[in-house]
Amino acid sequence: MKVQLTKLAHARSGDKGDTANVGLIALREQYYPILVREVTKERVKQHFRGISHGEVERFELPNLGALNFLLHHSLGGGGTLSLMTDAQGKTFSTALLRMYIEIPDDEAQTLGLL
Amino acid sequence: MKNKVRIAAGQGFWGDLPDAPVRQVEDGPIDYLMLDYLAEVTMSIMQKQKARDPNAGYARDFVPLMRRILPACMDRNIRVTANAGGVNVKGCANAVLEVGRELGFGGKLRVGIVTGDDILPRLDELLERGIELRNMDTDEPLSTVRDRIQSANAYLGAAPIVEALDQNVQVVITGRATDTGLTLAPLMHEFGWSPTDWDKLAAGTIAGHIIECGAQCSGGNCQYDWQTIPNLANVGFPIVEANPTGDFVITKHEHTGGRINVPSIKEQLVYEMGDPNEYITPDCIADFTTVHLENTGENRVRVFGIKGRPATDSLKVSISYSAGFKAVGTLVYAWPDAYAKAQAADRILRERLDRLGLKFDHVLTEFVGANATHGSLAGDPKDDLAEVQLRIGVRGSDKTAVERFTKEIAPLILTGPPAVTGFAGGRPKVEEIVAYWPALIPKREITPVVEVLEA
Repeated sequence: MKVQLTKLAHARSGDKGDTANVGLIALREQYYPILVREVTKERVKQHFRGISHGEVERFELPNLGALNFLLHHSLGGGGTLSLMTDAQGKTFSTALLRMYIEIPDDEAQTLGLL
Repeated sequence: MKNKVRIAAGQGFWGDLPDAPVRQVEDGPIDYLMLDYLAEVTMSIMQKQKARDPNAGYARDFVPLMRRILPACMDRNIRVTANAGGVNVKGCANAVLEVGRELGFGGKLRVGIVTGDDILPRLDELLERGIELRNMDTDEPLSTVRDRIQSANAYLGAAPIVEALDQNVQVVITGRATDTGLTLAPLMHEFGWSPTDWDKLAAGTIAGHIIECGAQCSGGNCQYDWQTIPNLANVGFPIVEANPTGDFVITKHEHTGGRINVPSIKEQLVYEMGDPNEYITPDCIADFTTVHLENTGENRVRVFGIKGRPATDSLKVSISYSAGFKAVGTLVYAWPDAYAKAQAADRILRERLDRLGLKFDHVLTEFVGANATHGSLAGDPKDDLAEVQLRIGVRGSDKTAVERFTKEIAPLILTGPPAVTGFAGGRPKVEEIVAYWPALIPKREITPVVEVLEA
């Protein structure tokens, strides 16, 4: 079944220069391995195509059940140079939560998602 | 030695809730008040202010704030650490001392100041000696912008703030000190932590990271269950309750709003995170993959297990340089066909800018209400949107061109698509852009200076 990340995670995002960071945090401990498996840096790069223009890096924080993504060249130059409404990347968090991932039905059932 | 130290955060940035530090002092017991005024772009704002007025260039709000809280701080021995000094630390300290004298603390109030972060006068000498100060993000050499530099400051860590606290001062004012150092320093001072006890320094650093954005860890901007977070109107700012082992609890005063729980702390931990394995400060390298959290009561989260590693040989430098001009204009288009009207207005405006022969480095159009924040991820804008704000910005080195652009917005009202409003603010303002250039400098090049001034 297709599940939107809003059902599995919460998130906060911010900026460092022209790079946006998105911390994606599993809502329940048992969702974290699904995030690790499905929300790869390749999928995130694909999700943000046309918005983020550089490489995507991913870091794992199993202690927090969280992933951290760095989306380079995403903020119109960043800081004071940017003309964007969201020059600080504050809304990249919910933009990532728009993503849908595929979870096998039996696994979704075990996790109480069905 | 105390077995518990309470450090309260009073400001998440320069311009945060003006009464938050007052509430922290008055609504319950604290030992320290930590005030972070400097975001990355703040130094450039202060630099602009100092260029207009040599007595300015620091967080001016800090002085009237001290007038309000100084009597309580003196009475209950609450000590203040603040990077309010910006690019004029002494000016800031003198203003605070003047307030102290007016309040009757002449001969009693001692203020520590930390300087030595300003490397602007030394730039050419540093460059000549081969210290390149390349841009950490782009790897460009500083010579690209050398003639346009307005400020250059190294980020100082906790050590000089500890040195000031050791000299029995009530207030420590710094310039470009790290926000985490403002929290770590009181812990090193109170608990006698060694500057090479990396795990403890990392713990104090992460405590600082959690509270440095004020209420952003206590219910503000919190996605987790946001609709149920109580009483944000009276949101409680965070307090670190630390013990000598390096474990600490994040909490807030009783009878305040907001919420502190494991999810709210997690959200702040990942905020502006780079590589979580190495959060580099002047004091240590903190490893965020070792942080453990536990709810230990209502609005109490225990943070423990933190590991750190030795600090690097470098300090980060924040350089600001003049980078041209920008302006942003907006108009609001109403139903029906609000999005189509805003798009048409954008086309008309761009054609006019072309005919005028105006050249910009960047022109950006956004449609607020349709897709300004999430772009194509928001899907196709619906036909029946009640209104759309056209928001168009330009940036370039030619100030005249940017000024001319600002005169082309309002005319669209009578010469463009219909059902348009939202121009009451008048012509957009032309802003000079002061941009940020992050670089590294060897630590041996920077000598922090600590002085104690008395009212």
